[in-house]
Amino acid sequence: MMVDQPRYKTSDEVDFVIIGSGAAGGILAKELSTNGFRVVVLEQGPYLTEADFTHNEIEILALDKLTNHPKLQPNTFRKTPDEKAKPQRALVYGRCVGGTSVHFTANFWRFHEIDFIERSKTGLIPGTTFADWPITYAELEPYYTKVEWEIGVSGLADASPFDPPRSKPYPMPPLPVKSSGVIFERAARKLGWHPFPAPMAILSQPRPGRSACINCGFCLGFGCEVGAKSSSLATAIRMAEKTGRCEIRPNSYVHRIETDANGRAVGAAYFDAKRSTHLQKAKAVVVCANGAETPRLLLLSANKQFPNGLANSSGIVGKNLMFNSGGVVTGQFEHPLNDYKGYAVSRVLHDFYELDPQKVGFCGGGGLDARFDFTPISFAFGGLPPDTPRWGKDFKTTLAQNFNRTMEIFCHGTSLPVENNSFSLDPDLKDAWGLPALRLTYKDHPDDLKLGNWLFARANELFDAAGATKKWNFPAGEQQFGVHLLGTCRMGNDPKTSVINSDHRTHDVKNLFLCDGSSLVTSGRGQPTMTIEALAFRAADRITALAKRGEISG
Amino acid sequence: MNQLNRRNFLLRAGTGLSAAWVSANWPALLSAATHAHQAAKAVPPAKFEFFTSEEAVEIEAITARIIPTDETPGAREAGIVYFIDRGLVTFGTEDQKTYREGLPELHARVSEMFPSVAKFSGLEAEQQDEVLRSFDGGAPARRRAFRARPGAQNFFGTVRQHTIAGFLIDPDFGGNHDGVGWKVIGREREHMFQAPFGYYDKDYAGWQPTEKEADKK
Repeated sequence: MMVDQPRYKTSDEVDFVIIGSGAAGGILAKELSTNGFRVVVLEQGPYLTEADFTHNEIEILALDKLTNHPKLQPNTFRKTPDEKAKPQRALVYGRCVGGTSVHFTANFWRFHEIDFIERSKTGLIPGTTFADWPITYAELEPYYTKVEWEIGVSGLADASPFDPPRSKPYPMPPLPVKSSGVIFERAARKLGWHPFPAPMAILSQPRPGRSACINCGFCLGFGCEVGAKSSSLATAIRMAEKTGRCEIRPNSYVHRIETDANGRAVGAAYFDAKRSTHLQKAKAVVVCANGAETPRLLLLSANKQFPNGLANSSGIVGKNLMFNSGGVVTGQFEHPLNDYKGYAVSRVLHDFYELDPQKVGFCGGGGLDARFDFTPISFAFGGLPPDTPRWGKDFKTTLAQNFNRTMEIFCHGTSLPVENNSFSLDPDLKDAWGLPALRLTYKDHPDDLKLGNWLFARANELFDAAGATKKWNFPAGEQQFGVHLLGTCRMGNDPKTSVINSDHRTHDVKNLFLCDGSSLVTSGRGQPTMTIEALAFRAADRITALAKRGEISG
Repeated sequence: MNQLNRRNFLLRAGTGLSAAWVSANWPALLSAATHAHQAAKAVPPAKFEFFTSEEAVEIEAITARIIPTDETPGAREAGIVYFIDRGLVTFGTEDQKTYREGLPELHARVSEMFPSVAKFSGLEAEQQDEVLRSFDGGAPARRRAFRARPGAQNFFGTVRQHTIAGFLIDPDFGGNHDGVGWKVIGREREHMFQAPFGYYDKDYAGWQPTEKEADKK
């Protein structure tokens, strides 16, 4: 595929330079190149393909083959802004062409109507910057449908009574149910709840050049060797390349967006694989680098004209970070589930998506899913009952008894936006390129913890109803580490309280657009990628319309 | 030997399953062939590259207490000492120092606790456990601990981590000799499965909506 790409010179002013090739960047690359624009995508990680995706757990768990590397890209963490942050791994994201969508679980829930208007419905929550979106579910609905059909999402329409309205069914049926899903479904129904087949961005039927899921069992954390997982790599990137107008340039680590005297972006400065610097010129810049790296890049791009960082007149770039809340319960059963076979999640329930704050005493809601997302090594290190000896005969016996007889229930809930929760530049620690490292500041809002534990109690009830022979708990606690990186350059109509408008254009720089998890105004109920991709399709339409009217370069 | 699994799976894909299903999954077969090829490079080496043979005996004795051999195979049968040896000259070079410094420390600890015995491998099993317990100050297991905190810190913690990883890794990648680790935990060697997967989904009748209390939204 790579040979078909054009090769643009860095001095060649292309129409768009897109920074990041993940869930959002891949789709924007596909849409904008399809619409006739010349596009360069700068991806900091390597261009891996299916042939590179093995089942070697060491490469994934210990060597970070697909993800940001803690040695090259160290982080720091602190709970509150008055503390000095300490070096500590704070986040994981995909660092390869396709980004996090290469290794994600592929749970693909839409947001519901409530996610866009919850602030108005609930009222002010103390200690938060809770806000409504400038767009509604109805405006995003056609783009959710577009995601499902263009990249390939398996699921069953109208199976959940809590689903928001949809204009079309899923393009293909749900994946085959796992034993974890059957246990979950039967127990949930006993409790009067409404489990349904999980919508997954994994093919249940083949598509051209892509296999249906072969249930290999190395899914979460791994790249899909048969292209069944609907990553940007397996979908949008390939389509972008076919236009002949899009160049994917891997190993290109952008460290600065340059602006001119008029305050317009002129291009992106990046390190190549040999750490030489280049400036890719472009008429407009679209940053899709994820909810941590996007604000970091804006802050790194500070100059005389933009002393607080690019597009940061509001002062909130990097702030209002949301990780999603939740806990995990593991249950052991009498007979083999063999849940190591197959993808992770086959059943979900949304009965608790909208909770009444008056009744439960907190703001938020969430969903539960039934899964087994471990591989053999990760299970031995992270899936056993906490009272298991660390080595020896009893360790071995416990491992042998549990690997094919356990499943998990994941609780996925809201996080409220809190201004202090943020990614910022660490004043001391540098990455391997000499750039300031990401510093995480995070303390969960009390409502998030209450919600996490409330959902956790439901998961325990479910396992009790299912007759689990043993349960072990990983309750919701204060988080110091995230994979959902949301809200850090949020969308809004007011330039004082948001970074981008509803066209994804920054309030401050006319030809600079941001689209990824940072754009989200609220956290949803734990599954952000579907919404990030719907936003990317919508952003591409908005940006195309602006460009065709001459409102970007004019 | 290790690579036979994927070849078996290719054969099965050609005979045991319907041709239509195979053609629908053609990229998987190409990919499996690639894997089989890669696997040929992953056979454990015949001789040690990092350890001396004396050191290897000591390391193997430790691994055999971490995952002992009982009615089922343990670390010895899984060839863990070969996995670690090879790991220390490939993906785990940064752990070399831990082993270089840890082996003399182990020796000193054995002399201190059991002055009449020269080597860890010369101790009785219970004595070996006693020595290892004196090294093991580790925290209790946490979910995803391996991921969130890669790279173990002390000697025994490192050997433990390497032993467990080597026991359970896909046999194509130099450990888990003959797939014995997966046999112990009940994971089949195949890399392609079809439903039904387990006991609870084998009689599942298919998803049905609940009674139309459904509209409680």
